[in-house]
Amino acid sequence: MKTKKGSLARRDFMIATVAASTVLLPGCKSARRGDWEFLSEESAETLKAICDQIIPADDFPSASEAGVLDYIDRQLVRHYRRHQKTYLEGLEQADRISRKRFGSDLERASAEQKLAVVSAIEKENAAFFEMVRRHTFEGFYGSPRHGGNRDAVSWRMVGIAEPPVLGRAQDVQKKELPS
Amino acid sequence: MKRVNAVVIGAGAAGGIVAKELAVAGLSVVLLERGPWYTANDCRKDDLRNQRTTALGNGFGPEDEGNPRVVVDGKGAEHTYLPSEGNYENNAACVGGGTLSYGALAWRFLPQDFKMRTTYGAPAGSSLEDWPISYDDIEPFYEKAEYEIGVSGDYLGTPFHGPRKRPLPMPPLPPNREFEILEPAAKRLGLHPFHTPMARNSMPYNGRGPCMRCRWCVGFACEVDAKNGTQNTVIPVALATGNCELRTECMAREILTDNRGRARGVAYYDARGHLQEQPCDLVVVSACAIESARLLLNSKSQLFPNGLGNRYDQVGRNLQGHHYGGAIGFFDYDTYDDMGPGASIAVSDYNHGTPGLCGGGVLANGFIRLPIQMIDRMPPNTPRWGLGHKKAMRAFFKRNIQVFGPIQQIPSADARVTLDPTVRDKWGMPVARISGNVHPHTFEIGEVQANRAEAWLKEAGAISAIRIAGRPDSVSAGQHQAGTCRMGNDPRSSVVDRDCRVHDVDNVFVIDGSVHVTNGGFNPALTIMAVAYMASASLVRNWKGTGFKA
Repeated sequence: MKTKKGSLARRDFMIATVAASTVLLPGCKSARRGDWEFLSEESAETLKAICDQIIPADDFPSASEAGVLDYIDRQLVRHYRRHQKTYLEGLEQADRISRKRFGSDLERASAEQKLAVVSAIEKENAAFFEMVRRHTFEGFYGSPRHGGNRDAVSWRMVGIAEPPVLGRAQDVQKKELPS
Repeated sequence: MKRVNAVVIGAGAAGGIVAKELAVAGLSVVLLERGPWYTANDCRKDDLRNQRTTALGNGFGPEDEGNPRVVVDGKGAEHTYLPSEGNYENNAACVGGGTLSYGALAWRFLPQDFKMRTTYGAPAGSSLEDWPISYDDIEPFYEKAEYEIGVSGDYLGTPFHGPRKRPLPMPPLPPNREFEILEPAAKRLGLHPFHTPMARNSMPYNGRGPCMRCRWCVGFACEVDAKNGTQNTVIPVALATGNCELRTECMAREILTDNRGRARGVAYYDARGHLQEQPCDLVVVSACAIESARLLLNSKSQLFPNGLGNRYDQVGRNLQGHHYGGAIGFFDYDTYDDMGPGASIAVSDYNHGTPGLCGGGVLANGFIRLPIQMIDRMPPNTPRWGLGHKKAMRAFFKRNIQVFGPIQQIPSADARVTLDPTVRDKWGMPVARISGNVHPHTFEIGEVQANRAEAWLKEAGAISAIRIAGRPDSVSAGQHQAGTCRMGNDPRSSVVDRDCRVHDVDNVFVIDGSVHVTNGGFNPALTIMAVAYMASASLVRNWKGTGFKA
């Protein structure tokens, strides 16, 4: 059985996240608070562990720090309603694999163990993994309007102007090419 | 309902033009469109919900709710798809149709593209055929489309185009960085690069301003209305005549015929879902290749038990779009300059004339990319996820160039649209059932084109490249869908005559990509428009009061 976690744990985590991303990104807005629309606290922690393997933190935030969970959670009661079952079963399976191999739920496994579990999920439940992978990328690289890509962090990461430069004169953009 | 001269079904690339030409000639016209009328304000810049990236739905229709299609893949397995899923083969559902959100590449086909069978002979298993019209027949209408819709670009660099009487009405946009990198490399390879023709203002034209070169281009409505579709050119002209009434969110159900076998009107569902009948003297079907075929097949009566125009089982056959071949090259310096529309340089050297290949296609650089569009287009051996993928996105998002192009597809009679026996749409009508395969020779051409694109990119300095050349196991249709109501002289092997008139119903016309016999090695929009102008001209010429001249 899954252990029930209190909301305090989540709040602590969120505060830590906010603190971390504030250091990295002075413009970053505060993380969301309050209840998830679809996910339970437990399933959110499991999903976070998977998403953060797909896009881990480095100089730039991880998937969950950029709001990917908010994106997925919102869409699971909107455009991705039809995928609810795939998510619930996939997340349960991920915890099952983690407990069987490492004796703990996925979110409490070590970084190495998490990677091993996510790799196992990729093989054993490709349909679920491919879905989470695609949705994670959407949440990280897509429009901030849907709750992910917080503060357009991925766009800054790849180096494109945000907010975009609009209404440019057509002849001012000539740049030197490397010889 | 008051009788009108003409009902035009579908306000897209072709239907908008036909409505305008008929209305200007004095016919009373009702233009039916299943979708709403969007404007520049509906650009939204939503990277996840537009007409090319449809993760959260189609930006410009149809809605996912109540509009399924059934697709039978090459192995015979049946799938029911939502409109926002790739294999649905969607175009759009709105005023302007695909031209509201398209990339707006506006090529003319080459003279050989109208004579494919004469030029190459038909490969085994294909239904390759000549058009019953020639490049010279359609040339004046290409010019009319270029001037009325508004095309910028420049063919000066290339000898590979048909004769033309006037240059394009607008010069090309200034070259972007990719153009400057690719042009000298093309010349070193002996190719003839030229400025891509596009239905996009490079200067003030038709009362609207020029492109501001933003990042949200193909798949989006243009925020500054500089992209030219029928919704901001001919349709407003049609409405201004006072002869044309546009009815949006109206879904045609069937073409009604009388006991002599002539069309007498159109039954459609209005925006509130009520069934209406619009009586008329003639009907023009411009619903795009898949939906036009579906509407004819759904128009059954005692005289036409298998659907209108389908006496010889030709409606829905020869469905074709474009297979793509090309490559993505990766560079060790920035190639990205954040300047839309991105697509800027092309070569037509490879459209025809390669021994052993039945045609070819244009190669051009791609439209400006959004980050979400690059996640599966990273250099060879990039991990599909994890830190390695993130680092690759960071390193290569601004350091890649895509060169690819539509391959002249070899048509096959087995690639077709029929009616699904069980699945219905939200109005209760049988949905399109798409089945068949792309003719394998098309893939052979695609592989050769991928090699050529890779060679061009390597010559330009790419340090690595990935090839784009698959062998998908289903039809190709999508935004370039065509062929389902083939134009021809023989009623047993075609659906409409050279004037786009259905062979055995003298007051029903199909005017859109459906009539394309072959689809060229180019994006087909300008050809759809030219065919619409040409067919409208003959329709108006033969029109007399409330019927056709004897």
